[in-house]
Amino acid sequence: MMRLHLRNAVNVAATIACGATVLIAMAPLASVLWLVVSRGAAGLSLDFFTHLPTPVGEPGGGVGNAIAGTAYLVGLACLFGLPVGIGAGVYLAERGDGRLGHAIRFTAEVLSGVPSIVIGIVAYGLLVVPMRRFSALAGGIALAILMVPMLARTTEELVRLVPRSLREASLALGVHEWKTSLSVVLRTALGGIVTAVLLAISRAAGETAPLLFTALNNQYWNAKPDQPTASLTVQIYNYAISPYEDWHQKAWTAALVLLLLVGSLNLAARLFTRGRLRDAR
Amino acid sequence: MNDPSTNSPKPKIVVDRLNAWFKTAHVLHDVTLSIPALSVTAIIGPSGCGKSTFLRCLNRMHELTPGARAEGTLRLDGQDLLARGVDAVHLRRRVGMVFQRPNPFPTMSIFDNVASGLRLNGIGGDHQAIVERCLRHAALWDEVKDRLKGAPSSLSGGQQQRLCIARALAVEPEVLLMDEPASALDPIATAKIEDLIHELRQRYTIAIVTHNMQQAARVSDTTAFFYMGELVEAGATEQIFTNPRVQRTEDYVTGKFG
Amino acid sequence: MRLERTADVTGPVGRAPVAPAGPLLPANRGDRLFAVGLTIFAGIVLLIAGLIVLMLLRVAHPLSASTSIAKFITGTDWDPVQLSFGALPFIYGTVVTSIVAIVLAVPVSVGLAVFLVEIAPARVQPIVSFLIETLAAIPSVVYGLWGLFVLVPLLRSPVEPFLRQVFGFLPLFRGPAIGVGYLAAGLILAIMILPTIASVTIEVLKTVPPPLREGAYGLGATRWEAIRMAVLPYARNGIVGAVLLGLGRALGETMAVTMVIGNSHEIHASLFAPGYSLPAIIANEFAEATGPLYVGALAGLALVLFGITIVLNAVARLLVHGVGSRASA
Repeated sequence: MMRLHLRNAVNVAATIACGATVLIAMAPLASVLWLVVSRGAAGLSLDFFTHLPTPVGEPGGGVGNAIAGTAYLVGLACLFGLPVGIGAGVYLAERGDGRLGHAIRFTAEVLSGVPSIVIGIVAYGLLVVPMRRFSALAGGIALAILMVPMLARTTEELVRLVPRSLREASLALGVHEWKTSLSVVLRTALGGIVTAVLLAISRAAGETAPLLFTALNNQYWNAKPDQPTASLTVQIYNYAISPYEDWHQKAWTAALVLLLLVGSLNLAARLFTRGRLRDAR
Repeated sequence: MNDPSTNSPKPKIVVDRLNAWFKTAHVLHDVTLSIPALSVTAIIGPSGCGKSTFLRCLNRMHELTPGARAEGTLRLDGQDLLARGVDAVHLRRRVGMVFQRPNPFPTMSIFDNVASGLRLNGIGGDHQAIVERCLRHAALWDEVKDRLKGAPSSLSGGQQQRLCIARALAVEPEVLLMDEPASALDPIATAKIEDLIHELRQRYTIAIVTHNMQQAARVSDTTAFFYMGELVEAGATEQIFTNPRVQRTEDYVTGKFG
Repeated sequence: MRLERTADVTGPVGRAPVAPAGPLLPANRGDRLFAVGLTIFAGIVLLIAGLIVLMLLRVAHPLSASTSIAKFITGTDWDPVQLSFGALPFIYGTVVTSIVAIVLAVPVSVGLAVFLVEIAPARVQPIVSFLIETLAAIPSVVYGLWGLFVLVPLLRSPVEPFLRQVFGFLPLFRGPAIGVGYLAAGLILAIMILPTIASVTIEVLKTVPPPLREGAYGLGATRWEAIRMAVLPYARNGIVGAVLLGLGRALGETMAVTMVIGNSHEIHASLFAPGYSLPAIIANEFAEATGPLYVGALAGLALVLFGITIVLNAVARLLVHGVGSRASA
């Protein structure tokens, strides 16, 4: 009887301990979100979104160029990363059962674990060194390399999910294989791919390390691919580690902007998936 | 056009000593058969006898299975389909196919599904009129005319299958191959499909694989009985079912096996 | 050869044939182009992998002229002026912060996963999983910002002094409490890898077949005993895999660590002391590094990091996949 009481007590204790982990895990999340919102909101203004940064001590200023820069860099990344990632994914799904396919799949898996700062050095060697300058292109390529492995694997899974019978239906109508792959198979998997792309963009927008020595930073607007470019993440970093109080404030506000950006991309991805599932029912 | 007064309509497809392999397994042996034009030919036999394989050879869909191979002579209106240089894609515009499970494209509307063959093949013309005509021919128009923009998933199984038939008809095939088109459907939907086949035979040559002998007897003019990859007997449906020449055929149609 | 329609068979509307007669259209061209295009894109993936290795080796090459691999890895001196470079302080820092992160994150993650899959009502799991995903979506630099201005002051007082009071007999918990240091970095890392370990563990726990649990209950076990006896042993490989995946993430994490680790090039025994990790020093010094040897040394650090994470991730995925295939056997 005693033994049973002891076992029950252990059971209850373990249950409480496990339940406590939920609170322990949620505490930092709550803290980060709360602080970014409460401290960041103080500095929010229309100017913050549209103006260039001001020198230390001067009031006002914003991160307009950093927001534009992030958009620019992510855009470049998509330009290179989306075709390669999605193309490789389609390849793996449609003809990826040979030796080459296995090698590529394995490589993509391994690549997805490479730290982003290492990729930054690769982009440095590839572009910054020969071009003799830091550039938006180098930053974009670094982000593209980061996107490719995840996109390839997700696309492969999604395309494999498309039932064989749809492909047969299209071929039986006298449609060429390549057109069947593009217009029927890919179209069916498109929704999932869009979600994956939105998530990849969200991740790329939040990257800092690879940009530190590829796109570097820029105090002004920039639209040229061969020039350094500001980004929201690098700007936050620079503001945060500076010794100036008002720059710390700007760091919080910029972090709020970044969270809003990343959050809305993730939300869009989620809503997109839910909308499609509802239609399919 | 077919002259109803002739007893033996001109053959649309002539198969001569067709052999098929799946990797090393020899799945069809020396099949020789004529499929008459503008009539319904039923292909019957127990599971695994090769009837689906045979059907898929007729529009060269067997080529999609890795390791599949076919040799012999297969003529459509006198032209050899298996010859080198014959484009399977064009063949499939003349010989259409309807599958066992309805497979409408889920991301397209009902209208777009029917028109998909036209769009993917770049065929112009009045798509509205063509879609309506094909849906009428498939006996589906009245049921969907108010929801052409709707999703195929809102249709019942039988309606989806008729949608697939309408889609196949849109590219104006001469031959329609049907691989057990009603086996996934309930009896009422099945009856509608069978009525539809009866209508369609006035315009199309139809070859239908079925494991349901009563269905074969109801819808077809000609019947071919396959067993273990061989064509055992083929002839007028009435004759096959009431007075078969080969013992094995009689055993099958009387239900002794299969 | 195109198939010709015979004259006496017209379409249902008596229109002209759909496929006009004519010479052989190279209909296979589209298919071939498409196949080639796809293969090219797929091949680029391999190219990327090759480029990574190539570029790292190339940029790090000047280093090989001045030192050997063994000396580099065991050297403790980091002197850009004298051009003497040793990687040990950074390897040490990476290892220490990762261990701290694992020690803190694993019990919480596994406990969280066990709670969600085995104890809580089923409705709760998707909600909490969503929150965990949110945790994972927060960019590293925002964690660093929070760490710098919230966590570090907290560690400075009251946490580290408290730890020093209670555990000060261990060399790990001695020395001045400045806030930044190995402990701060380890803590932040723990928070960041928690979602990785938790979500993979949740998936692994879900693959445990119900009959296994039922067997334990049938013997009269309490819920916790059933978890301990039946569920956790079965999921053990998968959980280890999840931990290794989390570890892999911790090793490569850069920004948050850079902002709270204190940036010291020396090895210290105490967790309260400032240090450096491999990614952190690269992040801080690469942009301003001058001279091929300095840059090469930093690239050499990247190579070490690259090697460690590759091996770790490979082992981790093998373990996680192993559970999956056992479940389907």
